[in-house]
Amino acid sequence: MYQQKPTISKGIDWLMVWLYIILCLVGLICIFSVEYRGGGNIISGFLDFKKEYSKQFFFFGISLVVAVLILLTDSKFFTATANLSYLAGICLIMATFVVGKEVGGSKSWIPLGFMNIQPVELCKVFTSLAVAKYLSIPETNFQKTKSQLIAAAIAFTPAILSVLQKETGAAIVYLSFAIAFFREGLPVKYLVIFLSLVMLIIASIIIDPDTLLIILTALTALVIYLAKKRMRRNRNIIIIIGAVWLACVGVQKFLVPALFEKVLKPHQVVRIFSTFGIDDYKFKSKIRAAEIQKEYGKLGSSNKKSGEKSESYNVKQSKIAIGSGGFWGKGFLKGTQTSGDFVPAQNTDFIFSSVGESFGFWGSTTLVLLYFGMMLRIVFLAERQRSVFSRVYAYCVAGILFFHVVLNVYMTIGLAPSPGITLPFLSYGGSSLLTFTILLFILIKLDADRHMVLR
Amino acid sequence: MPVFNQSRSRFIRLIFLIALIIIVARLFYLQVVSDKYRRLANENAILRKTIYPPRGLLFDRKKKAVLNNTLTYDLMVTPALAKGIDTLLFCRLMEIDTAEFKKRMVNAIVKNSSQKPSVFEASLAASKYARIQENLWRFQNGFYIQERSIRSYPFNAGANILGYLSEVDTNYLKKHAEDGYVSGDYAGMTGIEASYEKALMGERGVQVLLKDNYSRIQGSYENGALDKEAVAGSNLYTSLDIELQQLGEKLMNNKVGSIVAIDPKTGSIIAMVSSPTYDPGLLTGAERQKNFSKLYTDPRLPLLNRAVNAAYSPGSTFKTLQALVGLHEGVITTNTTFGCSGAFYGCGSAKPMKCLDPGTFYLRTAITHSCNTYFANVMQRIINNPIFPSQDSSLRSWDNYMYAFGLGHRLGVDIPTEQKGNIPTPEYFNKVYGKGHWNYCTYRSVSIGQGEVNVTPLQVANEMAYIANKGWFIIPHIVDSIEGGDKFSLLEKYKKRNVPLPIPDSIFEAVHDGMQGVIEGGTGRGAKIPGIIMCGKTGTVENYYRGVKQPNHSFFCAFAPRENPKIAIMCVVQNSGRFGATYAAPIVSLMIEKYLNDTIAANRKGLEEKMAGINLIPTIMLQKMRSRDSLQRAKEEEKALKDDLKNIKDTLQSDENLSDIEIGPVKTKNNLPPKDNQDKMKLKNEMLAPNRQRQSAPVKKDSLKK
Repeated sequence: MYQQKPTISKGIDWLMVWLYIILCLVGLICIFSVEYRGGGNIISGFLDFKKEYSKQFFFFGISLVVAVLILLTDSKFFTATANLSYLAGICLIMATFVVGKEVGGSKSWIPLGFMNIQPVELCKVFTSLAVAKYLSIPETNFQKTKSQLIAAAIAFTPAILSVLQKETGAAIVYLSFAIAFFREGLPVKYLVIFLSLVMLIIASIIIDPDTLLIILTALTALVIYLAKKRMRRNRNIIIIIGAVWLACVGVQKFLVPALFEKVLKPHQVVRIFSTFGIDDYKFKSKIRAAEIQKEYGKLGSSNKKSGEKSESYNVKQSKIAIGSGGFWGKGFLKGTQTSGDFVPAQNTDFIFSSVGESFGFWGSTTLVLLYFGMMLRIVFLAERQRSVFSRVYAYCVAGILFFHVVLNVYMTIGLAPSPGITLPFLSYGGSSLLTFTILLFILIKLDADRHMVLR
Repeated sequence: MPVFNQSRSRFIRLIFLIALIIIVARLFYLQVVSDKYRRLANENAILRKTIYPPRGLLFDRKKKAVLNNTLTYDLMVTPALAKGIDTLLFCRLMEIDTAEFKKRMVNAIVKNSSQKPSVFEASLAASKYARIQENLWRFQNGFYIQERSIRSYPFNAGANILGYLSEVDTNYLKKHAEDGYVSGDYAGMTGIEASYEKALMGERGVQVLLKDNYSRIQGSYENGALDKEAVAGSNLYTSLDIELQQLGEKLMNNKVGSIVAIDPKTGSIIAMVSSPTYDPGLLTGAERQKNFSKLYTDPRLPLLNRAVNAAYSPGSTFKTLQALVGLHEGVITTNTTFGCSGAFYGCGSAKPMKCLDPGTFYLRTAITHSCNTYFANVMQRIINNPIFPSQDSSLRSWDNYMYAFGLGHRLGVDIPTEQKGNIPTPEYFNKVYGKGHWNYCTYRSVSIGQGEVNVTPLQVANEMAYIANKGWFIIPHIVDSIEGGDKFSLLEKYKKRNVPLPIPDSIFEAVHDGMQGVIEGGTGRGAKIPGIIMCGKTGTVENYYRGVKQPNHSFFCAFAPRENPKIAIMCVVQNSGRFGATYAAPIVSLMIEKYLNDTIAANRKGLEEKMAGINLIPTIMLQKMRSRDSLQRAKEEEKALKDDLKNIKDTLQSDENLSDIEIGPVKTKNNLPPKDNQDKMKLKNEMLAPNRQRQSAPVKKDSLKK
């Protein structure tokens, strides 16, 4: 199947490649800054492969090799082996139940000597290929329940397996295939209703009710503006938009507060709040406030007893690190929170906090813009594909990237619970970096061959 | 199919965009709008460590350090690193059992976490220090020894002058909010340590350190750019003569009372003894708390600085001042004579004041022999001088003299909680007897320093300096200069000469003549020092405790030499039961000899030892001590004592009350203050025990005067 091409660079989207390299380098710098403690020989630390930045550099090297190999591979290989690789991936996940190595409380890793591979992670690639394969078959019709169910089964089987492995974070990411499904014609109602409800409830918890009201209103206005063409044709749309707006306001202003004030039990409220790092929610009823306060007290003591730092501790420290960066940041290697090890897991899940502390608002915003630039670029690439396979695959990549970046960044800035999702390209870890490299470079390869029609 | 859904691409992009906007908005809030996280980050990672400079020292006039710093050694433990040591060996070295060891470890963990060092044992005793130092390598990482600076007293003297340091309480923190104290700091609470706290404490330094998530120090923050060096406390230079102070404390051993010696030319205090005193070293180091409560509950009140905090009637020493007033007012001349047939009958039917040596006296002999009748007459003339329209105005004029002499108000010595003493005012008599219902005869005993007049030993010594200088004095003070300048203007008032009244030298000469006579052939013959011409005055002060007459206080005040005086001194031996000449005079003479000659002549060594050996602790105190020692009543007594002490504190804080309540009227029992006040007062007096009780025995007191 391997077909040597004299010019592998032909048709490659160099913008993507550069974005990839920049992000990987930023990641190396961040991992270095998290580990660096002054003194010590950086070069020797780098060469003896004991430091994580040197290991990450090694993984980066491997990733580049893998990337080149992918670019050298014929695009047809991916379509041809999509289902096979998917099955292999599932088998690999199954294998972890038997031969898995336990890392961080989850037995979902396969040791390879020089690095550990997490099949659930790698399986994202295979699932993306399989989903693309299935959706590109002409028989598939998303209007039919059967197709919907098969697609869902392909996408969510690895997720269910990883839930069984207590890797909920990785499982959540599989929801991102919904984006590709949506693009390929999944009835909007499923997605929109589900997603907006989730988002709205989360937003109502986090954001002050009045502020959220303003945001919602602004968004409504934006939607009206974007949909004005349609509106001219159908007056009903504005009514629908208005109704949705009303429903949203109803949920955020009345339903969610009612949940916290009356429906939920105090300990449930506290759990939700501490997940979101909220400690200043103003209850209307004083009795309720007192109850909640009591629960907080219990939480504090129980946390101390078990000797574990609660989730909210991580998030709080991460917020402190990011917030203390200010506009310009404290400067490279000058972050007090980073050098003091205040943020747990700072070179993996919470790596964004080191960017926030060292480079401040401008740095973290630039990084986020790089990610979204990449995502939008992927969507752009997707739309220029001739073959459905390539397009679906591109949307899968965009979705996975989106979920990873948004959930990770939201977690570090205290907007979402921390499910343990890595920040693509930046977080320390060979498994994650390799997965995203493969994911991205298959896309680049497919895009390079976009004039072929792949099935 | 795909083509139809192309618009969905736009929607997906919109979702991406919204997610992006939310992130950026949140970042903007966290990093730019809110200040909270910057503050939290600093709390997290930055430790501002206070660097304590060494406190200033205090030097005596021969530049010997009287108040010094020394190092003490604390054994520190970091519980997390102290695991797996040979606990048994450690406990044997530290002379504790394993239960105690466990208890201390748990304490340390609770207090400071197991990652940070805490004190395992403070101020190691020398033997333990040596033992543990030798074996420390066995427990290497877990334990280490930390030096700490504490006060030391090389001469072991002057405890009440120097005062002590103690941990600041919330009250102190509130009062000194501006001075940067934090809980756990030590500050001067009494004596010089308190008065010169600002100069002695120096300037604290700050070291800004980085710490990690276990609060372990990572190094200095920004290479020490924000650090501030500590500035050592300023040293204090005084005119104290520590050898004289030691002699004074030796002579006053087992006696209750005080000695104050002043250099009349400068107002500098040379020695200030308050007896009984205590070893100042007791209030430093590990045993501090235990020792303090022991001293605090001692019925002899060793923590009370009697030189400034106890007020006594001055007795006959007061007569010198009456002579000055009489001569200056012109109611007598040096040749004026009064006869004494055995008592003062100037008040008709009132009970006469006795005098010991009947005869006819003029001023000089009256002072020399301390004739009560003479001075009763002098003051009668002063008060009943026709130039004054009323009793009120004449007494007020007399009062003004006394105030000018430094009595009846705080002098302003640099030792805190100085007492005012008391000079009776017309207002006071008007209040007690009613306007117009009193006259000189009501308070005639004041003329010989009994009755409503109260003075502190310091005031008497200052009065001697005033007489010695022939009309001026400088406010007495311990500290002459502060190293590095008087930054806090603490010494301003000690630079000025006070010339309160334009009394001509001739008048002082006349009084000096009388006082020289006291030494040469009068009541104070026992104080004579060969080769030194000195002036002095004895006093034998009657006093009462709960209406019961107590042994007399022995007073003596003097200055020497008569020309170009170098020392003005007073001594009171409380309840000695004898005359001023018996105890106070020899003590003063020894002190003067030591100061002027720098040594005590060999033939007078015997006197020194004899004086030092006499035990004159009043029976009341002895009883109290015995009862305190008795285990049966121990608890009860402690409580009573605490109440007493509280009352005393109240008294010390409000002199107004004291003068109003304590000095009862001389004649009328009806005008006594309310009963409960009396009881309260009795308690106070029980503890202080100078002569403040006079309610039920008003008359006899004037009898025995020398």
